[in-house]
Amino acid sequence: MSVLSRLLRSPEGAIGLALLSLLALMAIFAGVIFPDDPLSIVGPALVQPFTDASLPFGTDRLGRDVLAELVHGTRASLAVGIAAAVVALVIGSLVGTLAGFAGGLVDEALMRVVDAFQIVPSFLLALAFVSVAGASLPVVVLAIALGAWTAPARLARAEVLSIRERDYVAAARVIGMHPLEIALREVLPNALGPVLALSSVIVASSVLIEAALSFLGLSDPNIVTWGSMIAEGRNVLRSAPFLSIFPGIALMLTVLGVYLFSEGLAEALAKRRARA
Amino acid sequence: MSKTFARLSGLTVGYDADGQTGAALEAVDLEIVPGERLAIIGESGSGKSTLALTLAGLLPDNARVTGHIAWPAYGEAPLAGRDYGFVFQDAGASLNPVLSVGEQIAEVAQRHLGMGWHEAYGRARHLLERVRIPQPDAALHTYPHQLSGGQRQRVCIASAIAARPKLLIADEPTSALDMVVQAEIVALLEELVREDGMTLLFVTHDIALASGFADRIAVFRAGRLVEAGPTAEVLSRPRDAYTASLIASHIDLATPPLVAEDAA
Amino acid sequence: MSAPLLSATGISKTYAGGGRRIAALDNASITVGRGETLGLVGPSGSGKSTLARVLLRLIEPDAGRADFDGVDLLSLRGEGLRATRRRIQMVFQDPLAAFNPRATVGSALTDPLRIHRIGNGAEQPAAVARLLERVGLDPTFASRAIHEISGGQRQRVAIARAISTRPELIVLDEAVSALDVSVRAKILDLLVGLQREQGIAYVFVSHDLAVVRAISHSIAVMDAGRIVEHGPARDIVANPQSATGRALVAAVPRLLHA
Repeated sequence: MSVLSRLLRSPEGAIGLALLSLLALMAIFAGVIFPDDPLSIVGPALVQPFTDASLPFGTDRLGRDVLAELVHGTRASLAVGIAAAVVALVIGSLVGTLAGFAGGLVDEALMRVVDAFQIVPSFLLALAFVSVAGASLPVVVLAIALGAWTAPARLARAEVLSIRERDYVAAARVIGMHPLEIALREVLPNALGPVLALSSVIVASSVLIEAALSFLGLSDPNIVTWGSMIAEGRNVLRSAPFLSIFPGIALMLTVLGVYLFSEGLAEALAKRRARA
Repeated sequence: MSKTFARLSGLTVGYDADGQTGAALEAVDLEIVPGERLAIIGESGSGKSTLALTLAGLLPDNARVTGHIAWPAYGEAPLAGRDYGFVFQDAGASLNPVLSVGEQIAEVAQRHLGMGWHEAYGRARHLLERVRIPQPDAALHTYPHQLSGGQRQRVCIASAIAARPKLLIADEPTSALDMVVQAEIVALLEELVREDGMTLLFVTHDIALASGFADRIAVFRAGRLVEAGPTAEVLSRPRDAYTASLIASHIDLATPPLVAEDAA
Repeated sequence: MSAPLLSATGISKTYAGGGRRIAALDNASITVGRGETLGLVGPSGSGKSTLARVLLRLIEPDAGRADFDGVDLLSLRGEGLRATRRRIQMVFQDPLAAFNPRATVGSALTDPLRIHRIGNGAEQPAAVARLLERVGLDPTFASRAIHEISGGQRQRVAIARAISTRPELIVLDEAVSALDVSVRAKILDLLVGLQREQGIAYVFVSHDLAVVRAISHSIAVMDAGRIVEHGPARDIVANPQSATGRALVAAVPRLLHA
């Protein structure tokens, strides 16, 4: 049985996958569903939701379509979340693997750098970085990755240290395999599994940090993000709470979807391993 | 010895995995006689460990049991620790790493014999002496990781017999140990069972090891009971070809070497 | 007797841990004749596996030397060491742990051929098929994943991997200890057959003196990192001189017929 069908059989996996697929479709087809700039004014200000069929989620203070903003906001959230996670995982795995293999002084030095990054709260680090380097999408991605790469680095190092001592690595040495090939073919692929399992946690926290940054106004002003929508709605929280509630729900569903998906995936992979 | 200690009839055990049920034991009929030393012999996948776990009520949640086990000796299903002791293959994993050796043994005596802690601790010391741990007074305060594999198995045996059970189930108790320690542990088990009049169920893959002390032997293969009978009878006149092949596969110092002797 | 294939002398290895120094190997010396089997037997913790791994340069000893057919084994480095590995192979106790979890039978057997440039890419599949046939497996096994086959079959693949480079010496570290007795007998027959056919010498490490006796020409008994006895198999079993040797002989279970 494939991992996918196992994933779909667990309720967490099925719900998570459905949520993420929906969000991904929204992100991909945002330009098709709402071809116009979501920041353009389409109607009167503060239309209440579910009152106008052409503006189902109503409009904000400037008369912009909330649904169009939400759908376009999916792009920023998912893109930043996934890109930051990828950057963090790549940097983390490389540093961790290098430290685990090299050992000695290299290991010591790299792990102290990891410590230095880890003692600073990741949100503060991102905040400081963005306010110095300026708010643009690549900077935000890098800022979030800066606070997230240490966990995969530690995990990759621990995995490499343990796998280095396994019999199959000894067997590879016995048949005369070159150390570089041992590292790339025997150790690294088997060390990556647990590191990849971290990716969902990193994606979820990246989405949240991105929202927090844009809530504080530290995001690209030309892009709609859920965080900036919440910040925007804050001014009329009493008269039009829906302006903050809708992006809040979208944010919650995204994080929930990522967590459920990873839970289901971990379970499916564990079952496959148990069978093997 | 006409009484029956336990009677298994039509015992079938399967494990649910991925919606399919694989049978680990199939339609096993077997009687255990009070005071006997019964060896359960089998290779991997024979169901011998499943049998031990079933008798002890230690099967995992995904196991399905049909058939019947009667316990005339107890009248009801026996209680772990009080009515039977269980010795596992991996002594290191069956001891609690954060409790001292004395505490683990005394706990069993306290719970099942209704002893006070002081008395139970005294019994633990006595038991350590019986399983021949050197310096039992000092050993009471040691932790499992400070002991060798053989000593840990001795501690497990002490804890298994702490509540004076009538039945001792040992599931491959020596497979993780070297031969010298194995011989010591088997001798110890034999002595304890004899002195206390316990019934012993000894699960092993090694028919020769069992032949040294078992009264009866039951041979399992792929979940089925192949044959059961008095040790001498099974060994000298095996009724089943599989038992005969197990006996033929045995290697001891009398086995003709496979290599030519003239070298060296 | 001609010069031995392998002679290791004065091998010592000390581990420091928890403030104590533990001598895993204490001045251990062994010799292995060409095409012969040396049984290395001892209780657990006696250092026999450590010595086996020193011979394969998986563990670096603190002192000692090992002469392998005129080559100073312990001074080899880098490329020279990797090239010499073709001549000394190993079979591990747990055949599942000894293969990359992602390996197939075919990839596990092709690796040593590729590394030591034995045949070209076009010839290697046929070589793999021959190796599988030699260890009693069907050539179609090449496409199976290691984790799909049984323990006995895995150990046959491990032996096929070990003989793929046509080595002169194979170190077997408890290679039959984890196997069922009926499988064990067949694997021992296979090993003896390969030795007769290809003149491979074995260092056969085990805690089971009876199995060691069945397959070895000579035996070295170890205890606490030292070789306490070394001689022809027959003599050691019939008349052990050391306390460890006597204990090992006494510990072998005998099949008691009525």
